[in-house]
Amino acid sequence: MDFLNAIVTLSNFVLIPAIAYGSQLALGALGVTLVYGILRFSNFAHGDTMAFGTMVVILFTWWFQSMGISFGPLPTALLALPFGIAATALLMIGTDRVVYRFYRKKKSEPVIFLIVSLGVMFIMNGLVRFIIGPGDQRFADGERFIMSARDFKAWTGLKEGLAIKTTQGITVVVAIIVVAFLFWFLNRTRTGKSMRAFSDNEDLALLSGINPERVVFYTWLIVAGLATVAGTLYGLDKSFKPFVYFQLLLPVFASAIVGGLGSPLGAIAGGFVIAFSEVTVTYAWKKVLGYLMPEVLEPSGLVQLLATEYKFAVSFVILVIVLLFRPTGLFKGKAL
Amino acid sequence: MAEPFLIGDTMTGGYGKGPDILHECTVAVDKGEIAVIVGPNGAGKSTAMKAVFGMLDVRSGAVKLDGEDITKLSPQDRVLKGMGFVPQTHNIFTSMTVEENLEMGAFIRKDDFSETMEQVYDLFPILKEKRNQHAGELSGGQRQQVAVGRALMTQPSVLMLDEPTAGVSPIVMDELFDRIIEVARTGISILMVEQNARQALEIADKGYVLVQGRNAYTGTGKELLADPEVRKSFLGG
Amino acid sequence: MTDQTKTYAMFAMVAVLIIGTGFVQSWNSALFILNMGLISAIMSLGVNLQWGIAGLLNVGIMGFVALGGLATVLISMPGDREAWAAGGSSILLGLLIGAVTIVGAIFASKRLAKGMARTLVIVAIILAGFVLYRMTFIPAVKAVEAVNPATSGYLGGLGLPVLLAWPVGGLFAAGAAWVIGKTALGLRSDYLAIATLGISEIIIAILKNEDWMSRGVKNVIGIPRPLPYEIDLQNDPSFVERAASLGLDPTTASTLYVKIGYAGLFAVVLIVLIWLSQRALNSPWGRMMRAIRDNETAARAMGKNVTARHLQIFVLGSAVCGIAGAMITTLDAQLTPASYQPLRFTFLIWVMVIVGGSGNNLGSVLGGFLVWFLWVQVEPIGLWLMQVITAPMAEDSALRAHLIESAAHMRLFTMGLFLLLMLRFSPRGLLPEK
Repeated sequence: MDFLNAIVTLSNFVLIPAIAYGSQLALGALGVTLVYGILRFSNFAHGDTMAFGTMVVILFTWWFQSMGISFGPLPTALLALPFGIAATALLMIGTDRVVYRFYRKKKSEPVIFLIVSLGVMFIMNGLVRFIIGPGDQRFADGERFIMSARDFKAWTGLKEGLAIKTTQGITVVVAIIVVAFLFWFLNRTRTGKSMRAFSDNEDLALLSGINPERVVFYTWLIVAGLATVAGTLYGLDKSFKPFVYFQLLLPVFASAIVGGLGSPLGAIAGGFVIAFSEVTVTYAWKKVLGYLMPEVLEPSGLVQLLATEYKFAVSFVILVIVLLFRPTGLFKGKAL
Repeated sequence: MAEPFLIGDTMTGGYGKGPDILHECTVAVDKGEIAVIVGPNGAGKSTAMKAVFGMLDVRSGAVKLDGEDITKLSPQDRVLKGMGFVPQTHNIFTSMTVEENLEMGAFIRKDDFSETMEQVYDLFPILKEKRNQHAGELSGGQRQQVAVGRALMTQPSVLMLDEPTAGVSPIVMDELFDRIIEVARTGISILMVEQNARQALEIADKGYVLVQGRNAYTGTGKELLADPEVRKSFLGG
Repeated sequence: MTDQTKTYAMFAMVAVLIIGTGFVQSWNSALFILNMGLISAIMSLGVNLQWGIAGLLNVGIMGFVALGGLATVLISMPGDREAWAAGGSSILLGLLIGAVTIVGAIFASKRLAKGMARTLVIVAIILAGFVLYRMTFIPAVKAVEAVNPATSGYLGGLGLPVLLAWPVGGLFAAGAAWVIGKTALGLRSDYLAIATLGISEIIIAILKNEDWMSRGVKNVIGIPRPLPYEIDLQNDPSFVERAASLGLDPTTASTLYVKIGYAGLFAVVLIVLIWLSQRALNSPWGRMMRAIRDNETAARAMGKNVTARHLQIFVLGSAVCGIAGAMITTLDAQLTPASYQPLRFTFLIWVMVIVGGSGNNLGSVLGGFLVWFLWVQVEPIGLWLMQVITAPMAEDSALRAHLIESAAHMRLFTMGLFLLLMLRFSPRGLLPEK
């Protein structure tokens, strides 16, 4: 039995990737849950909003790189992030003004908003493909590893290596900063509280003199920020391909629903639940079990519960289980 | 008699484009007094109050606050003029703490409202005790206190309450009425719709009995309580 | 103009568009548009049943369509004896074990009292079932996929006439819809939307990965068809003679014959479905469904079992989509799981239903034709437009190349724009609900 090697393998292939992916999903789910809680509809265009934000960041990154600007060991994309957020914010507010506001004034059913968001999704998708093309884009630069597998092995003398990519480290750090800021904003500022009040009880909020259009404005602003950051972190860690971002819609929504739609804390928890599930269920446990079990019981097959292609099936199954047994989600968001 | 502080004068109107619910209905309250609107179910009590607050289409008649005609103002503007309104249901932010509820009540204020908050805590000591608890976790009576406290944060000159004791136990109802009297003593005029007619009229300076959107009986609380007609019809003899 | 006149006028306009294509581009193009238009019309009809009549938001149409395609393969392709011998029975056994496990777990959860004991029993059943399933299933799958992987590598089908696959496709889709409906109906429409999206992604993933079933991404080609092959027609002297008498060469004549043949088949299915849908819509059942849609609370108060009715409609609408899926695969004569893209199918159908007129059967049919026509024509028109716009630019300008290349992507953009414009200015569609 070789505990240390088992733990290292587990961390390298399961824990660290799941934590990074979970942070990315959490940020995405936060955006979805805010729109649901405050604007009261499911925004199917969120995946392509993430794609748009990331696209702008990529364009600015290329521009910076061509001008020789870099960020040392960190990816240049981080410098481009504010620009991406600004552009996405403009797009969101413009979209709200031109599209969603009409239905808000009409007090349309949430289902209508959903269909409208489908149209917005189409447009954003087409726009992104038009500007940057449908292909794969890699834009991460700077140091690749905070700690490479080789360094680790040399340092510890273990057989298994533990690698921590810079992008994974950045994901966690940025996610923590963003979430901390968001919670501070929502819980300690007057505007943030007014948004929570608006989400809690719209009529009473209006009665209290809270301006609904201002709340909507700030919501889109924050959502733009969350989407751009989530998309950029994911793109840095893996790669940018418009179609993949559309597919992210399912795990992102699953995270938000599992955690409880409308609850920011739930979105974060949900993100990690989904991420860990996806990674653990599709991981080939042979190596880890090999280290843990006596030789006699060592598995011969890969011990992979589901093929990697079924990754998002995992999110879906968890989603179904939650919907069946606890539709309000882990943190009791606004359910039915 | 001097002009009442707040008066909804001969109001006729209904919701949206619907039929008239109120027919030449008048309700008023003098400064520092408690006026109560009672009547059978469907009499238009809440409707009358909503008309005074501007949530209704008043097609004839007027609403005046301190001599000023406010018939055309929106509810939010009336809040700015010094009216406070406590709806019957969904009148607190359940996911926010008691203190946050009070903060939201003071949202339109640009000045420092900490003194007002202290006053509210003095009026409702239990709220001070539970200031950091989520309002949704409180009991029915306590939630009503949060609701009233929230409305008081704008330092209104008149406070309107829509069936404040709906759904609470008799003991809690007594306590709520005590608190309402305390509020009136601070100089705030109270206009209240109540289902529990007897208890409400006992604390009322002025009472209005509405039937089918019209004034049926008007008088002081005591007068109405003593009136045999009123007693027979609405107070159970 | 009266409703009837308007309906005729709209359909006449679409006919003109398609015939116009025939003259301006080619008859083959026109017939291609017509055939896919017919199938799209059927799919919109199915979606309209769910949305227009019952108010159910199904975002996973593609999954049901794919099941129809699967049915085509499983019904009409010849079985591979070698593969069956290698592992067919074990695969079936494995699937049976899986089904029994699931049923057992559900049974246990319903029959046993709540508590730790029940949870343990369920977990034990699932674990045991899972292990047994993998023990039988995995080696069998490997064996089957090892048989002639280049040309086969799968179990094949039943070798029955391909037209049989169409109703079977409907059945497959109905089955899947029943399962999803049982789980997700009765919840908010948003949740139903997500659930249907998820299930369609899973169905596609299964099609792409389970090679033993339908070759996965290796695709199944050469699916039998209900009409003669062009080659055979060209080699048939009597056919050539008749073609010559119409002034057509054998090649063109054969392709036209086949396409018109398909058009005829599809049209028959469409007309039958329209007739059934109209009967249903105007029946007491249909009126009740719409009453439920318009005021669910009142309907529940009156004792109507709303969820059961919703399940009925959901299953029926999905079955129609399944039939359409089988038809598409028959037309293509191949099953290509990679072509089932959510963007292309699901949302396009939604545009069709909304543009045509949700709640109106003929409206969705119209929408199917019209939007499909636009979808096909947007690309050449967009390309032409882009070339016109970039004409003043330098011949080798990178921007020009990029713009022209990207013109293809404007399809989605245009569709989205179209959807938003319709929702905003004409939300009830071209042929509104009566």
